[in-house]
Amino acid sequence: METVETKRRRPLWPVAIPLAAFGGVVGFLAYMLLLDDRDPTYLPSPLIGKPAPSVAGPSLLEGAGDVTDGMVGAGGPVLVNFFASWCLPCRVEHPVLTEIAREAGVTLIGVNYKDAPDAGRAFLDELGNPYAAIVADQTGAISVNWGVTGLPETFVVDADGTIVYRHFGPILPEQRDELMAIVEGAS
Amino acid sequence: MIRRATLLGAALAVLLAGPAAAAVMPGEAMEDPALEARARGLYQELRCVVCQNQSIYDSDAEIAADLRALVRERLRAGDTDPEVRDYIVARYGTYVLLDPPMEPLTYALWFGPPALLVAGVVAIAVWRRRAAVPLDEAPDAPLSDEERVRLAALVDEGDGEQRA
Amino acid sequence: MTAELGHYALVLALIVALLQSVVPMVGAGRRDDRLMGFGGPCAMMQLTLVAAAFLALVNAYVTSDFSLRVVAENSHAAKPLLYKVTGTWGNHEGSMLLWSLILAAYGAAVAWFGDRLPATLRARVIAIQGMTGAGFLAFILFTSNPFERLDPAPIAGRGLNPVLQDLALAIHPPMLYLGYVGFSIAFAFAVAALIEGKVDAAWARWVRPWTLTAWSCLAVGIALGSWWAYYELGWGGWWFWDPVENASLMPWLLGTALVHCVVVVERRETLKAWTILLAILTFGLSLLGTFLVRSGVLTSVHAFAVDPGRGLFVLLLLAIAIGGGLTLYALRASSLRQGPTFALVSREGGLVLNNLLLSVACATVLLGTLYPLLAEAISNDRVSVGPPFYAATFVPLMIPMLVAMAVGPMLAWRKADLAAALGRLGVAFLASIAIVALGWYVAGGGPLMALVGIGLAAWLVMGALTDFAERVALFRRPLGVSLRRAAGLPRSAYGSMLAHGGLGLLVAGAVAASAWKAESVQMMRPGETATVAGYTLRLEEVTREGGPNYVADVATMTVLRDGAEIAVMTPERRFYPVEGQSTTEAAIRGGVFGDLYAVVGEPDDSGAWVTRIYFEPLVGWIWVGALVMAAGGALSLSDRRARIGAPARSRAAAELAVEA
Repeated sequence: METVETKRRRPLWPVAIPLAAFGGVVGFLAYMLLLDDRDPTYLPSPLIGKPAPSVAGPSLLEGAGDVTDGMVGAGGPVLVNFFASWCLPCRVEHPVLTEIAREAGVTLIGVNYKDAPDAGRAFLDELGNPYAAIVADQTGAISVNWGVTGLPETFVVDADGTIVYRHFGPILPEQRDELMAIVEGAS
Repeated sequence: MIRRATLLGAALAVLLAGPAAAAVMPGEAMEDPALEARARGLYQELRCVVCQNQSIYDSDAEIAADLRALVRERLRAGDTDPEVRDYIVARYGTYVLLDPPMEPLTYALWFGPPALLVAGVVAIAVWRRRAAVPLDEAPDAPLSDEERVRLAALVDEGDGEQRA
Repeated sequence: MTAELGHYALVLALIVALLQSVVPMVGAGRRDDRLMGFGGPCAMMQLTLVAAAFLALVNAYVTSDFSLRVVAENSHAAKPLLYKVTGTWGNHEGSMLLWSLILAAYGAAVAWFGDRLPATLRARVIAIQGMTGAGFLAFILFTSNPFERLDPAPIAGRGLNPVLQDLALAIHPPMLYLGYVGFSIAFAFAVAALIEGKVDAAWARWVRPWTLTAWSCLAVGIALGSWWAYYELGWGGWWFWDPVENASLMPWLLGTALVHCVVVVERRETLKAWTILLAILTFGLSLLGTFLVRSGVLTSVHAFAVDPGRGLFVLLLLAIAIGGGLTLYALRASSLRQGPTFALVSREGGLVLNNLLLSVACATVLLGTLYPLLAEAISNDRVSVGPPFYAATFVPLMIPMLVAMAVGPMLAWRKADLAAALGRLGVAFLASIAIVALGWYVAGGGPLMALVGIGLAAWLVMGALTDFAERVALFRRPLGVSLRRAAGLPRSAYGSMLAHGGLGLLVAGAVAASAWKAESVQMMRPGETATVAGYTLRLEEVTREGGPNYVADVATMTVLRDGAEIAVMTPERRFYPVEGQSTTEAAIRGGVFGDLYAVVGEPDDSGAWVTRIYFEPLVGWIWVGALVMAAGGALSLSDRRARIGAPARSRAAAELAVEA
C-alpha cells in the first residue's frame, strides 16, 4: 500500500528507551540475586535506636522475684534473648549464648515465650541456666512489644537502655565474634 | 518454615503454615459490631510477618493470631485506625503494612502509575505530531492494482460493519 | 534405562535446536531454498526428541522409579495414578521439561502449518524458535536435569504436597505454559520481521492465530489457578496479587494489547513498530515470570525451591533473547514504513487508548511486584505491596478502559463520529442503569464502587449485544435480512463480541463476590445451626473416614431455605500422613446467583467444631466469564480469513491477471 513518505527522519533515541529500561531491570535483578548474605525472609527491626520495651513480668523460676525493667539499662549492656523449650534452634544456640554471656561479662535476660513453665524450667535444667533473670511470657504480650516474629531472637541493649542490635534466628558459632564485638561496643 | 522442592511453579497458593482456612476463630469476634468491622478491615491491611504474602486475616500462623489479638486490644483501648497501625508498625516495621505508606521511600511506587500514564499520553501526542502529513492534507492517491484486488476481496467477504 | 534414554534424547534435542537456529537463518540470508527448508524437519525432530524425553520422565513417575531424584522427592507409591502422571510437572525440573516440550510443539506447528508463509519469513521464525528452544534445553541440561539419579535409591518417595493433588491444579501449568510459550511465536515473528525489515498486513495475518491461541490459553490457565485457590484454600478468596500471580497476569495484559494491535496492523498497516515492541515485551514478561518463580529473589507462596544459580541462567536467557530483540528493535524500528494516519477519534484511536491503559496497568503491576526489592536495595526498611495498592492503582486504570471497550467497536476506522457512536449506545447505557438499579434493590444497597462495577459489567455486556445488533442491522432492516447477516458474520466478529461480553461477566462476578460476600464463623455441635444469606445450615454429625492416602474428618451439614431441606454439604478436613500435612476440602454449592461455601475446622475440647460458612454472590461468573473470553479467542481463531489469507487473494489476483 502506498503511503505518503515522511520527509523528516524519525529521531533514533526514542526506540532505544525500551532497551535501556529493560537493561536497567535485568541489571537490577542480577544485582539483587548476586548480593551476598541476602535473606529474603530477614526483617530489620524498627526498634533499633529506640528505648527498650518492657520486660517486666513474673519470673519463670519458682521462688524468684518478678523481673523488672530496672534490670535493663542499669549501667551495663544487656542481652535480651527470646526462647522456648519447643524451639529447636534455641537448643543449638544455647551454648554459644552461654559463652558470650560469660566472656563479655554482660547481663543476659531471658524471655520464655509461650511455654508451659514446667517445660521451660526443664529446658534450663537440661542445658544450663546462663540467665540473670528469666521472665515467663506465656501469652506473648511482652514479646509482641519487642516485635518478635519467631524464635530465637536476641537483642543487644546498651547501657542507656537503647536497643542497638537485633539478632534474628539462632546465634551460630561463626557469628559469635561479631556479636561479641557489638556487645563490647555497647558498653 | 520453608519446605523445598515440593511446590508447583506458577500454581497458586501453597500454604505452608498448615491447614488453609481464613483464620479468624469464632471466639475472636468483638462484642461491638462497629469495632469488629474496623478490626476486620485492619486485619486485611496487616501482613503476617512470617508467612509469604498473607494478611493476618487469612493466615493460620500463631503470630497472626497474636497480632489480631493486639489489634483488638488497641481498638478496645480506644485507638483510631491510624493509631493502631502506628502501634504495630512501631514494633514490626513498615513491612507489616500491606498498604504501603506514603513516604519518601514509596513516592516512586505511588506516583509511578500516574506518571507513566502521563508519559504515555505525552509519547502518543509527540508521535502524532511527528507522524506523516496531517489527515486533511493527505492526497488520496489512486488505488494501486494490488489495492484494487484487496478491495474486491474485502467487498466480497464483507463483515456487516456499519460505521459512522 | 529409560531415564538414560530420556537424558540422551534431551542432549540430541539441544544439538538439533542449535542446528535449527543457525541453518535456516543463514539460508534466509542467502535465499537458499535447501538451507531454509532444513528448518522444518529440524523442528519436527526437536519435538520428537523432547517428547521422548518427557515420556521417559512420565514413565519414571508412573513406575515410581525412586532412583530418579525428582521422583524420590516429589512422588510416592501410594499416590493415585493420575497424580503420579501430573506430578511429572509438579516440580521445577519436570515443569521446565514441559515448557520445552510446548516450545518444541509450537515450533513444529509453525513448520507444519506455515506452508504458505513466505520462505524467508518461515525460515527465520523457525530459526528464532530454535534459538529459544536451545536456550531452555541448555537451562535444563546444565541446571535442572530431571534425570539425575540418586545412588543408593531410596525405597520410598517423599510424596507430593497434598494441596497439589488436585485435577484443576494439574491442568493449570500446561494451560499456563501453552500461553506463556505461545507468545514465543509472536516474539519469533516480530524478530523475524525486524530482520526482514518488513511488517505488513500479511505478517499480521500470519501472527494473529498464534497470538490468539497463546492469549486464550493463558486466560484459561489463570482462571484455573484462581478457581483452584477458591475451592482449595478454604475461605473463598480467588486473587491475592501475589508476585507469581502477577507474573502470569502481566503477559496476559500485554498480550491483550498485542492481540488488538495485530488486528490494527492487519487492517490498517499502522502502529507497526509498537506492535513489534509489544510482541517482544510480552514474551519478555513470560520469561520474567519464569525468573521470578524460580530464582527465589521474591518471597512468594508459590515460589519453587530457591536457587540463585538457576535464576542467573534465566536472567541470561532473558538478556540474550529480549535484549537481542530490543536491540534489533532500536536499530530497525525506524526504518519500518509508517502507515496511514488516523484521527484521534477513530477505531485506531480507540485501540491506542486501549493499549495505553493496558500497558500502564501492566507496568503498574510490574512496579508493585518488584518494588519491595527496590526498597530493599536502597534502604534498610522493608516495604510490602499488597492488595490495597493494586486496588488504588490498577482498578482506576481499568475503569476508563471498560467504558471505552463498548465504544470502540462503534467507531469507524480512520475517522469516526464520536457523537453518533455514543448515540448508538444509548439503549446500552439505559439498560446498564436499569441493571444497576436492580442490583441495588436486590442487594439492599451497597458500596458505591460496587454499584459502579456492576454498571460497568452491564455496560460491557450491553455493548457487545449492541455491536451484534449494529452488525446485523437489527430492527433497522427486516428480520430476515438481519438473520441472514447474522449467519454470514465472520467468526472473528462473534469472537470479539464474546470476549468483550465475557469480560463483563468476569467483572460482575468479581465485584459482587467482593462487595457482597456474607460470612458466618462459629463453633457448632451436632444439631446446631448457622444462618447466612437466607440459608440455614445444620450440622448433623462429624465422622472419620479414610481415603487412599489420607484420613479425614467429614462434617455432614443439611442446608435449609425457608424451612425446607434443599441440600446436604460435606466439608472435610484431611490429614496426609506421608507428607504430614493437613488440608481443608470446602463444600461448595454452586449456583447461578452465588456459591454457598462451608468449611469445617478444628474441634475444641468439648466436641464443638469450628465452622465457617460463606455466601459469595455471582462468584462463578468470574471463571465462566474467563472461559467465555477464551472461547471468544478460540472462535476468532477458527475464522477462515485468519488462517487462510492467500486463496482469496490468489482468486482476485487471477482476475487481475485476466484483466491485464
